[in-house]
Amino acid sequence: MTASTADHPTRRDFLFVATGATAAVGGVAALWPFISQMNPDASTIAAGAPIEVDLTPVAEGQDIKVFWRGKPIYISHRTKKQVEEVRAVPVSSLIDPATDQSRTKDGHEQWLVVIGICTHLGCIPIAHEGNYDGFFCPCHGSQYDASGRVRQGPAPLNLPVPPYQFVSDTKIQIG
Amino acid sequence: MSGPSDYQPSHPALKWFEQRLPIIGLVHSSFVAYPTPRNLNYWWTFGAILSMMLGVQILTGVILAMHYTPHADLAFKSVELIVRDVNYGWLLRNMHACGASMFFLAVYIHMFRGLYYGSYKAPREVLWILGVIIYLLMMATGFMGYVLPWGQMSFWGATVITNLFSAVPYFGESIVTLLWGGYSVGNPTLNRFFALHYLLPFLIAGVVVLHVWALHVAGQNNPAGVEPKTEKDMVPFTPYATIKDFFGVTCFLIFYSWFIFYMPNYLGEADNYIPANPAVTPAHIVPEWYYLPFYAILRSIPNKLAGVVAMFAAIIVLVFLPWLDSAKTRSNKYRPLGKQFFWIFFIVCIGLGYLGAQPPEGVYVVLGRILTVLYFAYFLIVLPLLARIETPRPLPNSIADDVLAKSGRKAAPMVSAVIALVAAVSLLAGGMGDARASEGQENPPSAKWSFAGPFGTFDRGAVQRGLKVYKEVCSNCHSLQYVAFRNLAEPGGPGYTPAQAAAFAAEYKVKDGPNDAGDMFERPGRPADYFPSPFPNEQAARAANGGAAPPDLSLIAKARSYKRGFPWFIIDFFTQFQEQGPNYINALLQGYEDNPPHGVTIPEGSYYNKYFPGHAIKMPKPISDGQVTYDDGSPTTVAQYAHDVATFLMWTAEPHMEARKRLGYQVFIFLIIFAGLMYFTKKRVWAAAH
Repeated sequence: MTASTADHPTRRDFLFVATGATAAVGGVAALWPFISQMNPDASTIAAGAPIEVDLTPVAEGQDIKVFWRGKPIYISHRTKKQVEEVRAVPVSSLIDPATDQSRTKDGHEQWLVVIGICTHLGCIPIAHEGNYDGFFCPCHGSQYDASGRVRQGPAPLNLPVPPYQFVSDTKIQIG
Repeated sequence: MSGPSDYQPSHPALKWFEQRLPIIGLVHSSFVAYPTPRNLNYWWTFGAILSMMLGVQILTGVILAMHYTPHADLAFKSVELIVRDVNYGWLLRNMHACGASMFFLAVYIHMFRGLYYGSYKAPREVLWILGVIIYLLMMATGFMGYVLPWGQMSFWGATVITNLFSAVPYFGESIVTLLWGGYSVGNPTLNRFFALHYLLPFLIAGVVVLHVWALHVAGQNNPAGVEPKTEKDMVPFTPYATIKDFFGVTCFLIFYSWFIFYMPNYLGEADNYIPANPAVTPAHIVPEWYYLPFYAILRSIPNKLAGVVAMFAAIIVLVFLPWLDSAKTRSNKYRPLGKQFFWIFFIVCIGLGYLGAQPPEGVYVVLGRILTVLYFAYFLIVLPLLARIETPRPLPNSIADDVLAKSGRKAAPMVSAVIALVAAVSLLAGGMGDARASEGQENPPSAKWSFAGPFGTFDRGAVQRGLKVYKEVCSNCHSLQYVAFRNLAEPGGPGYTPAQAAAFAAEYKVKDGPNDAGDMFERPGRPADYFPSPFPNEQAARAANGGAAPPDLSLIAKARSYKRGFPWFIIDFFTQFQEQGPNYINALLQGYEDNPPHGVTIPEGSYYNKYFPGHAIKMPKPISDGQVTYDDGSPTTVAQYAHDVATFLMWTAEPHMEARKRLGYQVFIFLIIFAGLMYFTKKRVWAAAH
């Protein structure tokens, strides 16, 4: 019987295949809500809306840490010396080549805004430490310069720059 | 688990594995080759349906636990956030809450089936007792699960049920304190109930394994109640039983989906949408419908200890059933008297369920006592006696003979039994409706709502106007704490754009902080903010309103209900009527009368309202004609305001109602097509066996 149905498709086969296929489609569709619920819920997404940060209290050479979407954001008011140093470095010598200009806003080059999460395994680097006058990650020894660019491993990438813009000269909006 | 397995793995890797752990062979012998009587009817598919329900409850339960907060101050809110914010949270919650009812419905059918066909008799006594243990575990699990949303019924249900143990002589109070982890039901109670509610389903799953094991050792009973003799009496589990079970499961899913998508609150209590309040007991404490028969037994005995003992005895007596009923004939099909008494017993159980939902007064108490006596009489007098005096009808020689004799006629008894069951369940549900009623009260008239029925959607204009009325009038006293400004721009709501919602939010001042100096400050609202409350705390709200705190309005449309009465509660199930809340709000706002009817005195500081329970309401007439201006030309009358506010509050109570009904429509189309395919597939497969 099995052999004959395999040779000549019959209405029986069609019925079984249709039922099986419908069951499979229904089963897969039913999985979706169970997976989708793991994603951030509406209140979490709403809480991740852009934030505004006032820069006036941050003096030159200082930096502050703010939180956006649960991530620490370093906002550094860099000194002239720091800016000159990071802009003098040959880009080709970097682990993750990027110019300081591409990581800051024109006309606001003294301000560095980076997500303070080490690109190695997610620890928070300490500001104003390490050999490059930038950030030092205490977990595994990664070092970043004052532009947040990785200068010494094991981190593979620069500290990411979050989406932000200057609302005025002394206020930025992150997000 | 027994059964001749012809499983021979052909692949060398499988062979290697099978020699070390013969699990595939075990599954094969238990669920593929396992011989099953060929005359099983659809009542036997409830085993598979129950397995599915246990799976659904565990799966949805584990997921709900990922989003739930077991803390007395946060539990109610976290459940609301699941429903409002988590992706498909409303679906998962409805599946779990209605799933509990479906689980119990299926288990009751399963138990009555065992009772009718004598499935508890030798050699299946242990199988039956394991079933009773599962049932007890289910009751404990269901009860603790009902406590978790921490609404009024949760809290007072927990209080009443734990107080059952205070009936224990000498140690009662200590036991209750031990159960509570405090001097009253509180946060420790909620925490331990959550932990146990998570644990018990896995114990149930464990006992289910034993139950299935015992089943596979003794073999399945069957409608004829005769043991299989030859191979002709049996068919292999796969494909015959599997496909039949799948068809049964699919049909059950259709019934289940009716509740999930269209009647999620039909079996629930409106009071449980009011957060737990240790200071106020709801007028009628009613357990979930599946406990009602035992609740009726508890209440019908005027002595505290005796009532509790009787209630537990009503379940424990099932353990002794295999020995109480010593009749040789298993199936009631062949027991003329046994069959009649079975149905009387069935009606007694339904009657007890109905009484459990009624107020414990007057004729209900008397009836409750009679039915309690009848309940125990069935087990302790009728069954032992019948075994001695009844002359059973002749049994078929074999299962195969039974099948041949039956093939001539249709399964009419099944149909009538299904009708009886539907009537019984709706009676129970209706009984619950009765219980939450307040006596001597005129029901609010049923208004016409755009969101009623299976394809209902919110009238955007009405929701927007209702929002305006709320903002200008209601919000002076009533909070709306579960609604965020962003909700105004979500699909299925008032239909504003995100920019409009943001602008609306910016009109509010929201308290935030502390800032860098440690001070709280006010800032314009953002879409993520929730509607601010008019009062800083409940005491302030109380003080400003003559001692009665204005309730939060987020859930009010689901937290208010009224008695529908017979036969409406049955019709409501089919017409999907669930607009008691909006009807009540609509009627209440229009129910103010300056002069109370003759003979009614209203205390100082209260006002007469025709539809408020007890008529004396602390809220003065909140709105009059022309008070709020409408931009769209709608009439500025109290009737229109009331209708718009009720529509708006229905939306705030269930922002995803449109998504629920839309998905329900899709699921129903799918399930009906699939059930049709399954039906024909089942017929094809069984064609070879008949």
